[in-house]
Amino acid sequence: MSVETVDTAPRGFLGWLDKRFPVMGLWNDHMAQYYAPKNMGLWSIFGSLALVVLIIQIVSGLWLAMSYKPSAAEAFASVEYIMRDVNWGWLLRYIHSTGASFFFILVYLHMFRGLMWGSYKNPRELLWIIGVVIYLAMMATAFFGYLLPWGQMSYWGAQVIVNLFAAVPEVGADLSTWVRGDFVISDVTLNRFFAFHFVIPFLLVALVFLHIVALHRVGSTNPDGIEIKKGPKGNKWDPTKPADGIPFHPYYTVKDITGLTVFLAIFSLVVFYAPDLGGLFLEAPNFIPADPLKTPEHIAPVWYFTPYYAMLRAVPPIGGSQFPGVLVMFGAILIMFFLPWLDRSPVRSMRYKGVLSRFFLGAFAVSFVVLAYLGLMPSTDLYTLLAQIFTVVYFAFFLLMPIYTKLEKTKPVPERVTS
Amino acid sequence: MNEQGTDKSRRRILVAATSAVGAVGVGFVAVPFISSMNPSARARAAGAPVEADVSKLEPGALLRVKFRGQPIWVVYRTDEMLESLPSNDPKLVDPGSEVATQQPEYCQNPARAINPSYFVAIGICTHLGCSPTYRPEVAPDDLGPDWKGGWFCPCHGSKFDLAGRVFKGVPAPTNLVIPKHTFLNESTILIGEDEAGAA
Repeated sequence: MSVETVDTAPRGFLGWLDKRFPVMGLWNDHMAQYYAPKNMGLWSIFGSLALVVLIIQIVSGLWLAMSYKPSAAEAFASVEYIMRDVNWGWLLRYIHSTGASFFFILVYLHMFRGLMWGSYKNPRELLWIIGVVIYLAMMATAFFGYLLPWGQMSYWGAQVIVNLFAAVPEVGADLSTWVRGDFVISDVTLNRFFAFHFVIPFLLVALVFLHIVALHRVGSTNPDGIEIKKGPKGNKWDPTKPADGIPFHPYYTVKDITGLTVFLAIFSLVVFYAPDLGGLFLEAPNFIPADPLKTPEHIAPVWYFTPYYAMLRAVPPIGGSQFPGVLVMFGAILIMFFLPWLDRSPVRSMRYKGVLSRFFLGAFAVSFVVLAYLGLMPSTDLYTLLAQIFTVVYFAFFLLMPIYTKLEKTKPVPERVTS
Repeated sequence: MNEQGTDKSRRRILVAATSAVGAVGVGFVAVPFISSMNPSARARAAGAPVEADVSKLEPGALLRVKFRGQPIWVVYRTDEMLESLPSNDPKLVDPGSEVATQQPEYCQNPARAINPSYFVAIGICTHLGCSPTYRPEVAPDDLGPDWKGGWFCPCHGSKFDLAGRVFKGVPAPTNLVIPKHTFLNESTILIGEDEAGAA
């Protein structure tokens, strides 16, 4: 039995609106008649959860900005004011600080999903690249935001990171002064970091929009890495659409909302019962006001930056310059842009790739977690050696990819998606 | 010219010329935006020299003063401390203070000071800008039996001796910076300015 799509133009207010703005067209193209593979499992929810957290961050951030003072003299006290005197201020702040960490958790899971399913491969290279740009913009936002509480960790963390620019040969010192707007991290720096922290999230929204536009152009992939558009046509709703596709709405909207409720339950547990998560989400030295004359005993970035920080520390100075370490650190992120062209495998998904790809992906995930741990710890000889080993593993995943994806024997990919 | 009478090459030249002029304009407009992010006149003026009174400083003690927002250390070094300095030489990156940017000429001597008893330095690690911890004690457990006093940077483990000279095998590339300074009298040091002028 074939079901015909009946063209029923909406009436009433919706009809009036639709004549002037393509409400129904947008709804159908991106929701009700956007066909996603029917076998996307649990791993597919992290993208939409990250979108929700972005909105949570923008809303809670706007409310925090109503009471926060971006000046060196008042910043720390204004955060305490939010915590103690502003009605529900503690909740707004804990939502925002917890949201920052969860945003990174979700995006790291979302990226790992992409690596498992081969979501970066032709024709989704640009989708992946926009994603990496989103990741960079997120890191910039988080970095600028971390200075705002003006605690000891804020201050010295920013001091170390801005001094990374000073390691650039020749122009380095001028460049770091330009970033700070002063010879040290000061009121001027705090003021501009607040401005950037406020505006970049709107750039993020624009990038997320582009990410979704690109996604809907090429279509969602799935754990099998099969292109449903190339498979047989005809499903319950439309004889011309992929047989293995189901409409995003209501199927995936309902699934994502279910996932969202579970996520929000976990999120609330952290917000209400462990907002500092044992010093991981909010670090103890940051409850002491910034003191430009005294560095805390042990400083470490927030957990989501520590893998890169561990790499920075792992590289010894070469020729009296810290620049090689800085290059390795930024290289670790920038190398992601080339991923679509490093993977030479004829198949997308880990399900059909060989044992080498699985081994390297596993080693990569382990190295990321170990480096994150090492970046939180004070450096000792053993830890430095471990950081060096795992930095090599991290880069091996990318740099050896053209070789191991060519070498290994892949499994045959089925015609239709599996359940 | 094609059949519609359009002169394609003329159009290309116009587009190229307009784009080029536009790009130059964008370049010019970028100047104030980029320049405004550099230190303002007020931030530059805040670098006025400061005085440090060392009359009440006890032997071996460290005094912190703030100059241009940075910590400046003044240490009253004891004779034992000064005598221990040459023994560190083989373990240092630049024992002779040959990197000219790290100190004024008048401090390019073994004690890196005008008056060897008073050591003045910018308390900012030459690695990534943390402020190292003063560790004057000899041979503490965590720094090993060869430690004769100096500074340890908590951020990335750089070590400096009591003349601010960096040890080999640590992340910091060069010795601590000694600012321009001069003695106004026996117990007052002016930091940020010397006979030759302001820093």
